[in-house]
Amino acid sequence: MQPLLVLEDLSVAVGERLVLRDINLVINPGETHVLFGPNGSGKTTLLGTIMGFSRYRVVKGRILFRGEDITSLPVDQRAVKGIGLAFQRPPSLRGVLLRDLVRRLKQDGVALERMAEELKLSEFLDREVNYGFSGGELKRSELLQLLAQNPSLVMLDEPESGVDVENMALIGKVVNYLLEKEPAPWDPRSLREVRRSRTKGGLIITHTGYILNYVEADVGHVLFQGKLCCSGNPRELFSCIQKVGYTECIRCMNLNGGCFCV
Amino acid sequence: MSKELTSSLDLASLPPEEKECLLRVGIELSGEGRGGTYLQFDQEVFQYQSWQEGLEVLSLAQARRLYPWVEDYLGRLLPEARPEDPEARGYFVRVLPGVEVHHPVQSSLFIAREGTRQEVHNLVIVEEGASLKLITGCASGACVRRGQHIGITETFIKRGGKLTFTMIHRWGEEVESTPQGAVWVEEGGTYIYNYICLSGAKKLVTNPSTYLAGAGAVVRSQSILLAPPGTSMDVGSRVYLRASDTKAELISRAITTGGEIVSRGLLVGEVAGVRGHLECHGLMLTPQGRILAVPELEARTANVELSHEAAVGKVAEEAVEYLMARGLDEEEALAVIVRGFLNVRIEGLPPALQEEIDRIIKVSAAGV
Repeated sequence: MQPLLVLEDLSVAVGERLVLRDINLVINPGETHVLFGPNGSGKTTLLGTIMGFSRYRVVKGRILFRGEDITSLPVDQRAVKGIGLAFQRPPSLRGVLLRDLVRRLKQDGVALERMAEELKLSEFLDREVNYGFSGGELKRSELLQLLAQNPSLVMLDEPESGVDVENMALIGKVVNYLLEKEPAPWDPRSLREVRRSRTKGGLIITHTGYILNYVEADVGHVLFQGKLCCSGNPRELFSCIQKVGYTECIRCMNLNGGCFCV
Repeated sequence: MSKELTSSLDLASLPPEEKECLLRVGIELSGEGRGGTYLQFDQEVFQYQSWQEGLEVLSLAQARRLYPWVEDYLGRLLPEARPEDPEARGYFVRVLPGVEVHHPVQSSLFIAREGTRQEVHNLVIVEEGASLKLITGCASGACVRRGQHIGITETFIKRGGKLTFTMIHRWGEEVESTPQGAVWVEEGGTYIYNYICLSGAKKLVTNPSTYLAGAGAVVRSQSILLAPPGTSMDVGSRVYLRASDTKAELISRAITTGGEIVSRGLLVGEVAGVRGHLECHGLMLTPQGRILAVPELEARTANVELSHEAAVGKVAEEAVEYLMARGLDEEEALAVIVRGFLNVRIEGLPPALQEEIDRIIKVSAAGV
């Protein structure tokens, strides 16, 4: 099976500062990975590098998407190939209506209305993209755009920050549509068909771990000071981090050559 | 109230490129979908006509002959600009009390010959409770490079009246244009002013004044400017809030692709309980060019609420990459952002002009 995404020895600098070091990661089709790590550990940089943003400079290694080296491909071509990102703090676009943007990503107007309704964003379609949106509204607007974009690799940068409990369930549900873990209401396929034919992959940054209550993840990783330190069962990893904190988790890993605290 | 003049010019024989020039400033030569029309080519008044009862569209000279009281209005707001010559060119548009004019009235001041100096004095009167949409398209012909346009417009909006005035300029690259205007708005009146200039003029200077003279009067002004290399624009709007509960909102969007823009706005709160907001945004699409935003607020008494917001800069890289992450290429992303920047929703914008705006955005975004 061809992996969906491979990061090979990837080191990334922002300006002159090295932010990510020797990152190796493989995401296979159908897999959902979760990325833990304290503030400033480089999680957003990792997602931004995979997306291809200009301020993240790859100084070593490469990025393969479905076997193709995309390390120097521009952002839009990566998006067209099937990489999608829900931003943690998306910019607002003055004068650009959400409806017009989403329509550009998906011509099918009926489904657009249906998707917006599902995300409780119907009234936001005629508002300027992200302008004056609350934290939760921003997250839902990002997911709406991703639904329209329908990427093969779904990257979510803290989908739960600023979201209240009630909307957290909604976000979890829509992330499951995106990752083909559940059929969307507009998807004619059955649950079984969707799961059996699943090819989409996910890479999700979470701080709070709330998303794990709604989305089944396969692998968890801890990013610490720019390095991927340990990997394992995401729930176990998260409960370990909650119990002993990142530093202890990493110390344990350094001592034992792997994470054994769980 | 209507008259078609015989003239050396003939609409049917007008070359297609000239018709195109007029279309692009919102002028429908057929008069279709219009409530009235006034066409002036160079210094020649070519046609004026009204298609609705209660709406008068005349040449200023004809209005002065018909109504002696017109003299009382001329120069009332701009005394130094009072036209002494009874044959002075310009249009006269008046809506009788309570009349709602259904279709927009168009007036066109067109420079057809190279080197013309066009001088006009216009008078617009919206009587009590009446409403009007007026589109003034000023342009120079396809072959004209050099010319001069000096337009003066005095506007009166009486109690409860409403006027939407959309002025569209499109000049040849050597044309100099210095329109001046003053607007008097009485109690409960509404004045909506849109100014659009998307093409070159060697020099463009305009800074009309609006006097909100009656309680509850409102002005909303929006300007869209685009300055290609070699152009210089100094465009503003001044509002004097001199009665209680008056409200003003001035919005300006300036884009340079190499030209120079001075974008001014002045709000003067003369009495208590007035509100005004000024928004001045400039976008530099090329490293060349210059934008100077000059938002000014003056409070002459306490208890006024005046604010402004000004921002000048280039397109945010972050926004471009955001759109690119959605699969738009860089050029498309820029076009979306620029179009959004200019999207200040102008009521009743003619389709030909909308197309022109879209075309210009595409061209300028491609050139970045």
